[in-house]
Amino acid sequence: MTKSVSNKTIDNVTIRFAGDSGDGMQLSGGRFTQTSAVVGNDLSTLPDFPAEIRAPAGSLAGVSSFQIHFSSQEIHTPGERPDVLVAMNPAALKVHLKDLIPGGTLIVNKNAFTKKNLSLAGYDNDPTEDGSLVDYYSTHFIEMGKLVTLACEGIDIPSKMVDRTKNLCALGVLFWMYDRPLKPTIDWLNQKFKSKPDIIEANVRALNAGYNYGDTAEIFTTRYIVEKAKLPEGKYRNMNGTLASCLGILTAAEKSKLDITFAGYPITPASNILHTLSNWKKFGIKTYQAEDEIAGIGAALGASYGGSLGITASSGPGIALKTEFMGLAIMTELPLVIINVQRGGPSTGLPTKTEQSDLFQAVYGRNGEAPIPVLAPTTPGDCFHAAYEACRIAVKYMTPIIVLSDGYLVNGSEPWLIPNPDNLESFDVEFAKVEDAEGFLPYKRNEKTLARSWAIPGTKGLEHRIGGLEKQDITGNVNYDSDNHQKMVEIRSQKVANIANEIPPTEIFGESKGDILILSWGSGHGASRAATESLLSENIKVGHASIKWISPLPSDLGSILKNYNKVLIPEVNTGQFRQIIRAEYLIDAVGLNEVQGKPLGASKIVEKVKDLIND
Amino acid sequence: MTDKPVLKKKDFESDQAVRWCPGCGDYAILAQTQKVFPEITTDKEKVVFVSGIGCSSRFPYYMNTYGFHTIHGRAPTVASGLKIANPDLSVWLVTGDGDGFSIGGNHMIHLLRRNINLNVMLFNNRIYGLTKGQYSPTSEQGKVTYSTPMGSLDYPFNPTKLALGAKGAFIAKTIDRDLQHLQSMIKRANDHRGTSFIEIYQNCNIFNDGAFSELTDKETKSDRVLKVEHGEPMIFGAENNKGIYLDGTTPKVVTVGEKFSIDDILVHDETDEFIGDMLSNFTASDTFPEPLGVLYCVERPTYDDLMVDQMNEAKKNTKGPKSVNDLLNAGDTWEVK
Repeated sequence: MTKSVSNKTIDNVTIRFAGDSGDGMQLSGGRFTQTSAVVGNDLSTLPDFPAEIRAPAGSLAGVSSFQIHFSSQEIHTPGERPDVLVAMNPAALKVHLKDLIPGGTLIVNKNAFTKKNLSLAGYDNDPTEDGSLVDYYSTHFIEMGKLVTLACEGIDIPSKMVDRTKNLCALGVLFWMYDRPLKPTIDWLNQKFKSKPDIIEANVRALNAGYNYGDTAEIFTTRYIVEKAKLPEGKYRNMNGTLASCLGILTAAEKSKLDITFAGYPITPASNILHTLSNWKKFGIKTYQAEDEIAGIGAALGASYGGSLGITASSGPGIALKTEFMGLAIMTELPLVIINVQRGGPSTGLPTKTEQSDLFQAVYGRNGEAPIPVLAPTTPGDCFHAAYEACRIAVKYMTPIIVLSDGYLVNGSEPWLIPNPDNLESFDVEFAKVEDAEGFLPYKRNEKTLARSWAIPGTKGLEHRIGGLEKQDITGNVNYDSDNHQKMVEIRSQKVANIANEIPPTEIFGESKGDILILSWGSGHGASRAATESLLSENIKVGHASIKWISPLPSDLGSILKNYNKVLIPEVNTGQFRQIIRAEYLIDAVGLNEVQGKPLGASKIVEKVKDLIND
Repeated sequence: MTDKPVLKKKDFESDQAVRWCPGCGDYAILAQTQKVFPEITTDKEKVVFVSGIGCSSRFPYYMNTYGFHTIHGRAPTVASGLKIANPDLSVWLVTGDGDGFSIGGNHMIHLLRRNINLNVMLFNNRIYGLTKGQYSPTSEQGKVTYSTPMGSLDYPFNPTKLALGAKGAFIAKTIDRDLQHLQSMIKRANDHRGTSFIEIYQNCNIFNDGAFSELTDKETKSDRVLKVEHGEPMIFGAENNKGIYLDGTTPKVVTVGEKFSIDDILVHDETDEFIGDMLSNFTASDTFPEPLGVLYCVERPTYDDLMVDQMNEAKKNTKGPKSVNDLLNAGDTWEVK
């Protein structure tokens, strides 16, 4: 008897994989993402994992999850409430069930619902047995443990290893449900476990077991088709924010012919930048794991002084430690790129969760009048452009620069239109030369940018001294004169202000004037854009401006803000950008603020806009 | 030899007025450095002096080379990054006991451990000078200062011993008043490949005057100072008849000519870590003379050399993406038409 299956085409789906930290949920999510990318969907992802490497197995604290939103339309966020929840154990069910949409699909690994696991999760009764789920959701209680054990019979590996393949089994079920090919995952397994044929075999069998279960089990009667998305023409790959940042740096090195020295100290969630770049020595990138955060930025600045482009990356607590060196970089006017992958604060805070709360720290957090340009990427893929631009501006203006990304951007991913380096803004570097030795003045400036020249040790005749003491204008000699200090403070400020000349006109999505402007910055882009699309489809007239440059702000922003009655600023902090906008433009901007360790949801913005209209 | 014109002391003097207190030991160190540098290099443009904060850290402003006056305690980080970026440079780090061992202690030990090929000149005056006279991490316990009116409570660091414990591969000690010795230590540091650490006793005549007078006064110095030289017996004293004798593993001061002959006296071996450690311990003792000279020196591959090797090795690897464009286009890709 053949099973009757109907195919249903839908626009978009949000799936959340949830399980114990050791259940391999990041892997299942990652593979589902890669496959969805290859079949041509637009997508956006949100991994979420505990700060502990291995919290006690089966506990609520140990639950790790991965959400993917994929679509045949252009999308901007990883989705809010999932349509499908995969729960590999009772704790995962307990933590995530509340988010599953009413009537959503719930796939559970039945074998993990043991007495011990139920009790660890705080269930008195087994929810897969007591009927509490079946009335509300489309439930599939699958004995994944048993399925993989049967599938792997005859392979000579320990039963513990067999059990670990159940994440592939869950993935197989979903691949069947959404009609995705298994081949990219099988190719990937072959690559990853090259020298371990037994492990490859077990995982492939588990994947097939899940797929075949979907195919044969009577309970699955519908397969969902999500067609290719209509994205702009070109060649794509799936891209996360970490890799994008690193590729941006590498492309900057290639275009400028500068050496790159990256110096940093391990910290979540920025460490992956250090890891990735450490593999690129072949391309001339030097990496240095320093003894602490201060040494990381110090070495980067030393490298810049020596004619490399020094780069460091960290997260809030590490950035706090680096601030004194930022002051020195401002004073000595050397290029330096500082990437802050923001996480929940204050103090150690929420190391693995995202937040946008280091904005004030980036813009203001130093002693003295210490202006630093601040650039915030808007999407995982945009981290490439932000990193490239930061490198270029740092050198062109001889200044430290801060890139404000966050946990959501670096760990999240999306389809990425692969850029052609030839089409990027040109990036030429000119060091001061031996021929400049006659009457060389280290603090003489380029009239247009106000940048001083980059005179590096090893150049004959340009020997000079720099340091953190106030500099005399033009000569760079130590100088405590009051008028000179006033002048130098103004010059340093004007130099950063001049960067506004590099900022392209601000694009407005939706209504270019009217009632409400949604003004987002950095990673707030996705939710704000999704909300704007949704509101426009309901014929509610709003505009959206997405700000990347926080300091300096785009020079057209003031006049844009005047075109709207109200300005709404959604951000994952208590209103830092709103304060800056209020101070800068004297407007009564309204905030939408949430600090819950995750990106803002588009629906909240939609609601807020509707409230504002009804006010 | 090179046919480049030989530089003179004057070539290393910058046009900035020197602003240390009159009588400060720093003047002597500056003068000896300027004097010895023409013997060290003909490529002045490759020399960089990097410093932190403190009296000693003003040093780069007075040297007509490249110079970077950084922030308190952090000079080793800047110097390390500079040397990594350009291993061709001759990098000199000038620091003090507060800068180098209090606020910057962490960086100092890691610099020594990594063995980056640069030179450290630690001016130790056992006091904070620029902040006007607080005790430092090398001040003796019980030091009465503005911040410790009843005497300091903490025990001091022994810089050479700390450097040895941090895996320093070149550890020397000298003093501001012994001009020839100071010069020879600078030359030795320059010749050594790796982090060369010189502790320079330096008198602060304002806040800690006479801290090293026993080692410089005519009447006492012969009995209080032991000049060590590789391969030479450890002899000292006004009569040149005192020596270090090793009784098992215990060093003792003995008189040559009575029970002991010159052959019984311990011969200095710079490459022997036990001897280096023993000499470092002398500093903290009243029984033993103060050792000046190269206490310990071994060749060990430097961080910067190893890094260059790794970079070259990586470039030889033909596997994987070959260009930036390959990397941009790596992994699963698809076309949207």
